[in-house]
Amino acid sequence: MPKRLGMEATVAVAEAARLAEVDVVAAYPITPQTHIVEHIAEMVADGHMDAEYIPVESEHSAISACMGASVVGARTFTSTSSQGLALMHEILFITASLRLPVVMAVANRALSGPLNIWNDHSDVMAERDVGWIQVFAENGQEALDLTLWAFRVGEDKRVALPVMVNFDGFILSHVVEAVEIPDLDVARRFLPPFEPIHRLDVDKPVTMGPVGVPDIYTESRKAQLDRLVEAYGPAVEAWGEFGRIFGRTHLPIEPYRADDAEILMVMMGGLAESAMPVVDRRRENGEKVGLIRIKLWRPFPFDDFRRAIAGAKALAVVDRAISYGGPMGPVASEIKAALYAHAHRPLVTEFVAGLGGRDVPFDDFERMIDETAAALRGGKPPAPRIVGLRE
Amino acid sequence: MEAQNVIAAQLRSREEIFTAGHRACQGCAEALAVRLIHETLGRDTIVACATGCMEVISSPYPETSWKIPWIHVAFENTSAVASGIESGLKTLMRKGRMPRRAINVVAMAGDGGTADIGFQALSGAIERGHRMIVVCYDNEAYMNTGVQRSATTPLGASTTTAPAGKVSIGQTTWKKNMPAIVAAHGIPYVATASPSYPVDLVKKVKKAAAAQGPAYLHVYSACPTGWQMAPELALEIGRIAVKTGAFPLYEVENGRYRITVPTPKLLPLRQYLEPQGRFRHLLAKEREETVAAAERRLADEYRRLERRAADADGA
Repeated sequence: MPKRLGMEATVAVAEAARLAEVDVVAAYPITPQTHIVEHIAEMVADGHMDAEYIPVESEHSAISACMGASVVGARTFTSTSSQGLALMHEILFITASLRLPVVMAVANRALSGPLNIWNDHSDVMAERDVGWIQVFAENGQEALDLTLWAFRVGEDKRVALPVMVNFDGFILSHVVEAVEIPDLDVARRFLPPFEPIHRLDVDKPVTMGPVGVPDIYTESRKAQLDRLVEAYGPAVEAWGEFGRIFGRTHLPIEPYRADDAEILMVMMGGLAESAMPVVDRRRENGEKVGLIRIKLWRPFPFDDFRRAIAGAKALAVVDRAISYGGPMGPVASEIKAALYAHAHRPLVTEFVAGLGGRDVPFDDFERMIDETAAALRGGKPPAPRIVGLRE
Repeated sequence: MEAQNVIAAQLRSREEIFTAGHRACQGCAEALAVRLIHETLGRDTIVACATGCMEVISSPYPETSWKIPWIHVAFENTSAVASGIESGLKTLMRKGRMPRRAINVVAMAGDGGTADIGFQALSGAIERGHRMIVVCYDNEAYMNTGVQRSATTPLGASTTTAPAGKVSIGQTTWKKNMPAIVAAHGIPYVATASPSYPVDLVKKVKKAAAAQGPAYLHVYSACPTGWQMAPELALEIGRIAVKTGAFPLYEVENGRYRITVPTPKLLPLRQYLEPQGRFRHLLAKEREETVAAAERRLADEYRRLERRAADADGA
C-alpha cells in the first residue's frame, strides 16, 4: 500500500529518485536544493539506495559526471539551484544534443547579484533554450510525481532527452506537506529499466560528441528540435499511464475554475496555490475569474494552451523573472508570441511578481485581477509592471 | 637511443586503436603518443576527450579515428565526465546489469584542458579516487586555436598571446609543474613520459592501467607547427628536452620518486632552444642572461628530482 506521510518537498524528490532506483547521483551543495541530495546521500549510506553518490567539486562537474554515467547506461540524477544551474549552463546544451536522459530537479532560486537565496524563476528562465524537457511542480506531491515521470519520458527511446523538474525554492522546497509515496513494485510497473539507444560499450564502440562541420550542424540542430517538439506525445502518454497506475492526473496546462472564465490568471509553479483562494473569492462574488498553470514548459504545449484560453477575454500573466531590456516577462512574451497568429487573441496584462523571495500576498493577486478587468473595460492593457515594488 | 628504436619496432605488433587518416599536422608527436598509449591500453578502454587538437583532428563527423568507445563533451570537464563513466560502470557491474570486467577509463586533454581550464575538474576527480587514467598531452600552448600561451608554456617561448618583442622575452613565467601538483594529491601513480622514449612510455602506461586508483601521465608532445620547428625533428627534440632537463622523465609511484631516464650531466639549454623558432629571440646576445638563468633553474629542479629519488631509494 502507498504510504501517505508528512515530509518536506525536497525529501519527496529524493524519494522519487529512490523509487526510480537511480544508479548514479552527482551533486554539489547549494541552497535551497541541498536537502534533496543530503537525503539521497543518507539513503545510500544506509543501504536503502544502491547507487554511486559522486560528491563533485562543482555543479559544472555534477552535470558532466552525470553525462559520463548516463552514457554508459546508468540511470542518473542531479539537483541544483540558481548559481549552480547557471554554472551548468554550457553543459546543459550538450546533455541535450548527446540525447542523454539525465533527470535534474531544480529548486528555483534567484540569480545573483545581489546574492539572494530565495525563490523566483530567474535561474530556469536563463536555461529556457538549452533543449531539455522542462516542467514546473506546484506542490510536494507533484514534485515527486514529476520526478518519477521525468525518468520514464526522458528514457523513452522516442525521446532520449534530459528532463528538468522545477519546483519553487523554500516556498515549496522547504514546505512540509502530506505526500503519498508509492510502493517500489508499483513504481517499477510505471518505470521500466533504462535501456539506452547507444552507449559507450567496449564491445560495440561508437564515437560520441564529434566535430559538427557546417555541412551537418544545421541538420543536427533540426533533428534535436524535432525530438524535443515530438516529446510532447510520449510526455502526455506517460501522464496517462501515471494516472492509471497511481490515480493522480497531470495535464500540460492545469486549469483551476477556468471553465467559462473571462479573466484567466496564468502562472507556473507553486505561486498558483497562493492565487487559488483569490480565484475562489472572486467566484463567490459571481465574477468569471479562473487560473491556468503551465506545467509543461518545454516543449511548450501550444495547442493545449490555445484550447485552455479559448473562452477568455483577458489573461493576467504572472512572471517570476525579468528579461532585462526586453519585453519584461519571459512567460508573457512567449504567450503573446503564441497568440499572434491565433484568431482569438485575448488581452494580455503582464506582471512580474515574487522576485528573490518577495511575498505575493492575496491583495497583490486581487489588484492584478482588478487592473486586468479595468484594462478589459478600457480595451488597452497597461504597461508590464513589477508587483510589490516599494516606491 | 638506437637500442630503443629497435625495441620500439616490437611494440608495433599491437592492434591500432587510434587509426590512420586523422588530420594531425605533419610531425605531430602528440598523435604518435596517443597511438602508442592506446595500442598499449587496447580495446577494453573508454576515452573521454577534451576539446582541442586531438578532438578536432580525430572526430570530424562522419569520420572517426577511434576504434574504441570515445566521447567529447567540452573543454574543461573531461576528468568529471570520466569520473561519471567510472562510477556508472562500477554501479552497473555491482548491480549485475553488465558483466564484471576490467575497463580502462581514460580522460585525455591538452595542457590547456589540464593545467588551465580543466584544472578544477581534474583535481576534484583525482581527489575523489576514481580509478581512471588522466593523460595530459603537453604541447605547451593552445595549439588548436593558434598558439596562445598556457600555464605550461616554458619561460621565454614566443606565443601569439605572449609574443616576444623588443621589450618582452615572450612567456615571462615558469612552466607550471603539473606532475608535482598532481602528485601532491597522493594518488597511486604519476609519471612524465614522451613518445621520444617509447619503451619508457609504454611501461608507464601499463603501470597507470594497473594502479588501484587515479593515475596521471604528463606526456611531452612536440608540436612542429606551434614551435616553429622542422617536422622531422619532432622525436629528436623530445630527446634533447630530456637531456637538457627541460622535460625530465620520472615517475612517482605511491609517493616514491624515480628518474626513469637518468641524465646525470645535463646538456647546455641552447641545444634545445636552437632548433625551435619559438625560442629564436633568446639566442641573441642580450638574452644570454635569461638563458643562463633558465638553465640554472632547470639544473636546480633536476637535482631536486634526484634528491627525491635518492630519498625514495633510502626509505
